[in-house]
Amino acid sequence: MSKQINVALIGNPNTGKTSVFNALTGLNQKVGNYPGITVEKKEGICKLPRGLKAHIIDLPGTYSLNASSLDENVVIELLLNKNDKDFPDVAVVVSDVENLKRNLLLFTQIKDLEIPTILVINMSDRMAYKGISLDIEYLEQQLETKIALISTRKNNGINELKELITNYKELSTTPCLNASTIDEAYFDNLRKAFPNQLLYKLWLVITQDVNFGKTDRKTIDAVSDFKTKSERDLKRLQQKETIKRYQFINDTLKKGQTIDLKTAKDLRIKLDRILTHKVWGYLIFGVILLTIFQAIYDWSSVPMDFIDSTFASLSEWTKSVMPEGAFTSLLAEGIIPGLGGIVIFIPQIAFLFLFISILEESGYMSRVVFLMDRIMRRFGLSGKSVVPLISGTACAIPAIMATRNIESWKERLITILVTPFTTCSARLPVYLIIIALVIPEGRFYGLSYQALTLMLLYLIGFGAAVGSAWILNKILKIKSKTFFVVEMPNYKLPMFKNVAITVLEKTKSFVFGAGKIILAISIVLWFLASYGPGENFNNAEAIVTEQYATENLSEDELNQKIESHKLEHSFIGIAGHAIEPAIRPLGYDWKIGIAIVSSFAAREVFVGTLATIYSVGSDEEETIKNRMAGEVNPILGGPLFNFASGISLLLFYAFAMQCMSTLAIVKRETNSWKWPMYQLVIMSGFAYIVALIAFQVLK
Amino acid sequence: MTLADLKRGQQGIIKDVSSNLIPLKLLEMGCLPGNSVELVQVAPFADPMYLNINGSHLAIRKETAIHILIETIDE
Repeated sequence: MSKQINVALIGNPNTGKTSVFNALTGLNQKVGNYPGITVEKKEGICKLPRGLKAHIIDLPGTYSLNASSLDENVVIELLLNKNDKDFPDVAVVVSDVENLKRNLLLFTQIKDLEIPTILVINMSDRMAYKGISLDIEYLEQQLETKIALISTRKNNGINELKELITNYKELSTTPCLNASTIDEAYFDNLRKAFPNQLLYKLWLVITQDVNFGKTDRKTIDAVSDFKTKSERDLKRLQQKETIKRYQFINDTLKKGQTIDLKTAKDLRIKLDRILTHKVWGYLIFGVILLTIFQAIYDWSSVPMDFIDSTFASLSEWTKSVMPEGAFTSLLAEGIIPGLGGIVIFIPQIAFLFLFISILEESGYMSRVVFLMDRIMRRFGLSGKSVVPLISGTACAIPAIMATRNIESWKERLITILVTPFTTCSARLPVYLIIIALVIPEGRFYGLSYQALTLMLLYLIGFGAAVGSAWILNKILKIKSKTFFVVEMPNYKLPMFKNVAITVLEKTKSFVFGAGKIILAISIVLWFLASYGPGENFNNAEAIVTEQYATENLSEDELNQKIESHKLEHSFIGIAGHAIEPAIRPLGYDWKIGIAIVSSFAAREVFVGTLATIYSVGSDEEETIKNRMAGEVNPILGGPLFNFASGISLLLFYAFAMQCMSTLAIVKRETNSWKWPMYQLVIMSGFAYIVALIAFQVLK
Repeated sequence: MTLADLKRGQQGIIKDVSSNLIPLKLLEMGCLPGNSVELVQVAPFADPMYLNINGSHLAIRKETAIHILIETIDE
């Protein structure tokens, strides 16, 4: 029988911790959430020598065990709670050979918890380049640990690491320094009051105010013969502790590490001179953004057209080979177009995450934070808000979660509130199909008009986000300390494996997460469009035949009239007509109305909804786009999707808050329904007004 | 003088930090008395500042930098 052990991967951000995780688990991993909170939980299984198996958790990156965010809290809560089912049998601390000094701080803290610990020194391939040499034996002895010198990039040392994990029982649990000397009297007192507890654990509980087991700060304070300290004194002690640890690390590295500056090369300085330059830096950032948008639009159009037409033929084929009936109709007119509406997004979502993960992996994203901080601050945001605003172009949900590293609550809240304005990937299909219908083809200096329109919509999204941030900054009366510390990691060539896994993981979670909603709504819509109450629906054939009896229509034309009469009097038709007065001034008909209403569950439903509505009652094998182009405005005549109504729709989708999942995340992150409700009402109200003005001016 | 007075490319030694005005995280990243500091790059209006503190590369705002006392090293 194979035994399974728990392994926790811990480390500073930018040490290649996730690369180590990927190297150990391969595709044998899953991403979920910690119960009750939205912190991402990555875990996987790794086969070890001698039939042992390891359950590996990739803990959120942290600089120390002094948590200042929800993500970092997860790390200490797991390490303090021996009863947690994930409590590690062995902790693997991942460090970067170029930042060993800083990375070791966290390592010494974990050692104090007396958990068997392995030190991984990653990026060993950079040692020669940087002129670094290490005395591993000496370091192992001083740090009371085993060291695995690895390079995930060159795939070196992974087997040695697995070997060390397998022999975890031989690891020392002795701390490598005695931190309690910073205030002997205080710690003696603490030890006397709680003789059965680990001293460093108690210290963490006191300074962090976290719970573990049944002990929290209050129970410690409540012990009568124990003298507590003020917040200020505690902070001073924490500083002393940090200095103490660094002294130990400096002494250790003085002997254990030599850096030959003569042979060291530094590409960082050269790159930073350009990439963070006052002029070139911004220009390059602009060009990168432009490239991304052009790529999303141009490069993904080929697979998208292919997917669109494939699903159209599949639907047609299903109808031709299966016996006529309710089930065939559900399959051909509900499920298949609904699935098509999901699959069609895959190329763009994959491209977007490809670019975002390359920017993150290469270290460039921190430079953007640096460049943008001053500008963003003018609008009440932080340089760190740029990351959520850029990831918001993929999806607002991870973007809002990415605001957690913004230190100031006010800057963070504003970022959360305005992020949904950025053009998320769910808006993309709506934009793409409408742009294709109403914006002429043609090129302007090599850039297509359609791509430029898309770029403009992205800019409008950013503009709305930044503008509303400026207003919120004036209105919100929140006093909070603003701290801003950003690590500027070294530039790295993104590793293909990491990028590929991110793209795969994100695309998969979109397809299965959003896909479920889209499919469910497609089926409900099909039902509502295929059935209706009363005479008008159930006797449609007789009514229409009689109505057109004198007009000598061909059978096809007559059938089409019957189908559209049916649709108009189906449940969905009735609902659509009911809301029509409200949306008529915006240039929409009742069918678009249905699509908009169902979009409030999730925007990406729009295209799928129209696909379902239009395919009910159409016999021809046609793509969604062609069907939409053929729609006629019942009152004004002419195509329903013309320039005026198209622009109006684009603007409506640009501003409206139409995503239930985002509202749920905002509620969770702000811990109140107040903020998501404001978002819903204000954003959607604004969208309505802008769309109204646009249509009335342009028509 | 404080860290905020440093010119691009200049180096200094940290003398004192006002620990109650500085986030613990910054201390943990090496911003402690005795450590060396170099101003690598500044954004427009000299804010934020891109520093190399004791081998750690990081960016902080000017409002934080004024709470860190330093002494310059002349080369």
